[in-house]
Amino acid sequence: MSASANKQSYDLPAAGLRKFWLDFSESPTAVIALFVFLIILFIAIFAPWVSPSNPYDLTSVDIMNSRLPPGSEDFSGNFYILGTDGAGRDMLSAIFYGLRVSLGVGALSGLVALILGASVGLSAAYFGGRFETIMMRIVDIQLSFPSILMALIILAAFGKGVEKTIIALILVQWAYYARAARASALVEKNKEYVEAAKCLALGDKRIILSHIAPNCMAPLIVVGTLQTAHAISLEATLSFLGLGLPITEPSLGLLIGNGFEYMYSGDFWISIFPGIALLITIVSINLVGDQLRDMFNPRLQK
Amino acid sequence: MKPILKVQNLSKDFIKSLDLVAKGLNRIGQNYKEEVVHAVDDVNFSIFKGEIVGVVGESGCGKSTLGRMVAGILSPSTGSVEFDSSQANNKEIPSALRTQMIFQDPFSSLNPRKRVVDIITEAPIYHKLIPPSEKRAFATEMLQRVGLDPDTLERYPHQFSGGQRQRVGIARALAVSPEFLVCDESIAALDVSIQAQIINLFVDLKDKFDLTYLFISHDIGVIEHISDRVIVMYLGRIVETAPIETFVKQPNHPYTQALLTGVPRLEVGKRQYEPISGEIPSPLSPPTGCHFHPRCNFATARCKAEKPALRKIAPAHFSACHLNDEA
Amino acid sequence: MRQALEPILKINNLQTHFFTKAGILKAVDGVSFEIAAGEIVGLVGESGSGKSITGFSVMGLVDPPGKIIDGNINFKGKDLSALSNDQMQNIRGNRIAMIFQDPMMTLNPVLRIETQMIEAIQAHDGGVSREDARIRSRDTLGLVGISSPDERLRAYPHQFSGGMRQRVSIAIAMLNRPDLIIADEPTTALDVTIQGQVISEMQKLCRETQTALLWITHDLAVVAGIADRVCVMYAGRIVEQGLVANIIANPMHPYTQGLMGSVPSQNQRGKPLQQIDGMVPSMLNLPVGCAFQNRCNYANEKCSNMQPDITQVADGRQVRCFNIPAGQQL
Repeated sequence: MSASANKQSYDLPAAGLRKFWLDFSESPTAVIALFVFLIILFIAIFAPWVSPSNPYDLTSVDIMNSRLPPGSEDFSGNFYILGTDGAGRDMLSAIFYGLRVSLGVGALSGLVALILGASVGLSAAYFGGRFETIMMRIVDIQLSFPSILMALIILAAFGKGVEKTIIALILVQWAYYARAARASALVEKNKEYVEAAKCLALGDKRIILSHIAPNCMAPLIVVGTLQTAHAISLEATLSFLGLGLPITEPSLGLLIGNGFEYMYSGDFWISIFPGIALLITIVSINLVGDQLRDMFNPRLQK
Repeated sequence: MKPILKVQNLSKDFIKSLDLVAKGLNRIGQNYKEEVVHAVDDVNFSIFKGEIVGVVGESGCGKSTLGRMVAGILSPSTGSVEFDSSQANNKEIPSALRTQMIFQDPFSSLNPRKRVVDIITEAPIYHKLIPPSEKRAFATEMLQRVGLDPDTLERYPHQFSGGQRQRVGIARALAVSPEFLVCDESIAALDVSIQAQIINLFVDLKDKFDLTYLFISHDIGVIEHISDRVIVMYLGRIVETAPIETFVKQPNHPYTQALLTGVPRLEVGKRQYEPISGEIPSPLSPPTGCHFHPRCNFATARCKAEKPALRKIAPAHFSACHLNDEA
Repeated sequence: MRQALEPILKINNLQTHFFTKAGILKAVDGVSFEIAAGEIVGLVGESGSGKSITGFSVMGLVDPPGKIIDGNINFKGKDLSALSNDQMQNIRGNRIAMIFQDPMMTLNPVLRIETQMIEAIQAHDGGVSREDARIRSRDTLGLVGISSPDERLRAYPHQFSGGMRQRVSIAIAMLNRPDLIIADEPTTALDVTIQGQVISEMQKLCRETQTALLWITHDLAVVAGIADRVCVMYAGRIVEQGLVANIIANPMHPYTQGLMGSVPSQNQRGKPLQQIDGMVPSMLNLPVGCAFQNRCNYANEKCSNMQPDITQVADGRQVRCFNIPAGQQL
C-alpha cells in the first residue's frame, strides 16, 4: 500500500486564513467596505491621538468659536474642516470621539449578547425536550417585540446611563443570537462527526464546546456583524431621543440629537456630519456582514 | 463457544407524538393517532469473536438503526445488546469504548474544524489512555496503520480525498483499541477502486488487531466478499441468517432469492432482468403478517395474516418464512 | 452486423475544458465514440473521469467556466457543438433526452406530473391539443410500468417513491420519442430490487422503440447486464472501448483490468481485492504522457513521455495503451 502515492498527486486546497481571504476578496465591494471599516476602527481606538483637538477638554474649547461653518478658521488659526458645534467644539474631533463611544457600546453589548444567546441556543438544541421548548418560546416572545420598544421599556424601568444602555442593548439582542445558534446547532447535532464523538464517549460538555460550537461560529459571526450595526443604530436612536447615553459620553446619536435644533437655523453641519459618519459605519459593517453571509452559505458553495 | 455479542429482542420505535392541538382535538372526539415507525422489530442474533457478520437490506430495513444501537449511539426501545467482557482483548479500556462505528459519509463524519492529529487523539487523551505528550507519536502510528502519510497530521479534513477521510475515520476508531467495529455503509460513498482499497484495509486490520465486525451494506457483492455470515433484513425484521456459502448457494427466503437474482453481476454478462414487482412499503404502514407478502410470488393467506417466526432450518441457517413449515 | 448501421451520434475528439481561477481543468480531453440507432452503449468511469461532462456536452448543458473548445458532435448529420442555444432547445427533450441520477433534477416539486408532461410535449409541438398531450402522457406512463396512470398524472412528485420518480423521469424523456436517451447514473441512488425494475423497463423500451441509449455509470456490472458496447473513461479520455462481452472476458487496458479486479464478487471471496494504488491525478495537473502511469504496474518510459494513441485490436475494440501485446494488435 503506497502511502506516498496517496499524497503526491492531490492538489492541496487552501486552508485557514488564506482560504478565508480568497473567498472574501471575491467581492470588491466587501473588500472596500472592510477597508473603510478598519479605518473607522482605527480612528475609534486611537481617537485621542488622531483627533485635531479634544472636544471635551474644557480648556481648549471656546464658546466664541461656536457654530462656525465647515472650512472656517478661528482667531487662533485652528482650522475646522467640519465646522464647530453650539459650544465651540470641533465637529471632526467630536465625531472621532463619538465613533469611539458608538463602536465601543455596540461591540461590547454585541459580544456579551453573543455569549449569552449562543449558550442558550446551543444548549437548547443539544438537550432538546422541554428545556428547549421553554427557552425557545422565551426567545420568540422577546423577538416579537420591536427592539426599540424593548429598549425603551428597559431604560424607562432602570434609568439612563452607560451601563444601563449596554444592558438594555444586550437584553434586546441576545435572542437573535440564540435563534441563530440553535438553528445551526440543530443541523450540526445530526452530523456524523457528532455521532462519532458520542460513540467515543466524550461527554456532553465536551461535545457542545469542542465540536458543535466551533462549527456554529460562521452564522453567529454573520449575525454578529449585522447585529452590531443594528446595536449601534439602536443606541443612536436612544441617544437621539435623550434616553441613552449621558452628555459626558456622547455617541454619534447624541451628537445628532444635540445638533438637531440647529438645523432650523441653517447650521446643518452640527447634525448632518455625525449622521453621515454613522451611516458610513453601519453600511460598511453591513456590507462586510453580507459578504460573510454569502461566503458561509452552503448553497452558494461551488 | 460463547458469542462475544448477543442481541436479544431488540426493537426501536420512532414515535411522532401528538402536539397540543391534536391532543386537544382528540379530547373533543377526533381520533388522531401517534405515528409510530417500527424501525427495528424484535431482532435476535449473536456474533462470535473474530467474525465478520454482514447485514444487508434495502431502504427502510432498519440496518442503520440496528448498527447505531449495537454501537451504543442510539438507545433501544426494548431489548438488549450484551457484550461478553470476558472475551475482550484489552480489559483496561472503558466499556463505553469497546464498540466503535465507521460512518458512511466521508464529508460529515470528521469535524471540519479540527486537524487530523486532534481528531485522532482527542478520545484517547480525554479518557487518559495516552498522555498528552505522546500525542504526535500516537497519531503518527495510527495514520500509518491505515495507510496514510504521517506528514498529513496537521491538515484539515477538507484537504483530503473521500477515501483518505474514511481512513482517518478508521484511525479515529482504532485509536481507542475497540473490540468491535460497526461499519455502516462505510464504503458506499467511495469510488469503486477506492472501495477495494478500504475493503482490503478492513480485512487486514481485522487480522492484525483481532477485531470483530458488523458490516452493514446495501451492496451485495461487497457483503458476499467480506462476510462470514449474513443477516438479511426487510422493513425492520430479520428475514434470513446464514453462513456465507449457504447464503450464496441456497438462499431460502423469497426476498433473499429476489435480491440475489436482481443484483447486476459482471460475470453474468448481458441478461434480461426479471425483477420482483412492487414498491418497498412505507415503514409508516407496513403490510400485515409477513411484511414481504405483497411482493412475494409464493404468498398464501397465512402469510398475510400471521407474522412468520425466525426459525432454524439447518445448522446456523435461520429463515422467517411460512413456506418452510409446509416442507 | 454492427458496422452496417449508420451511427446516429458520432463524437469526434471532443474537448471540454473548464477555465477556473486555479487553472484549466481538462474534464473531457479527446473523446471519440459512436452510437448506432437502437444501440445501448455504456460509458463507465469513476468520479473525475469526465463521463458526466461528456453527456452534458452532447446536450449543450455545459455552463461557464466550462466550454467545448474542440471536436464535433455529429447527431444525424448536424454538428451539435456548433448550434446556438435556441437551436439546441429544439433538439433537447425532443430528439435527445436526458435522465439524471436525482429525479428531482427533472421534476418540478410544485407542479403536477400532468402539467410537466404536457408542457414537455407542447414545448416541442405547439400544434398538439392539451387533451391529446394528456393522452400521450398517460400512455407513456403506462409504458414505463406505472399502474393507474390517470390518477398518477394528477399527483405531485413528492407523492411518489424514489423508484417511481425515476420512472416518471424516464417517461418524460420518452414523451417525444427521442432518437437518443442519455442516462447519467439513473439507478445509482435506487435500491437493488427497484434498480432491477428500472433497468428492465429501459431495456424493454429501447428494444421496442429502437431508441439509442447512452448509459453513464461507475457500475461496470450494470453495464455488463444491459449494454452492447462499453467505453471506459479515465481522466477525461477513453482508455478502452468495444463490445461488452469481449472487454469483460478479456480486459486489456491496465485501468480496466484494475477496475474489474476491484469489484467484489463471489469469485473473489477470501482473496484480497486487486486494488489500484494511489488516486486519480488532479485534473488541473495531469502528468505528461499517459494519465494512468503513476498507478500502472506496466508503466515504462514511453508512457511518461507521450500520450498513447488508439490501438485497434483484432476483436474490434480500441485501447489507448503502449503495452498491448503485438499479437493482439491489428
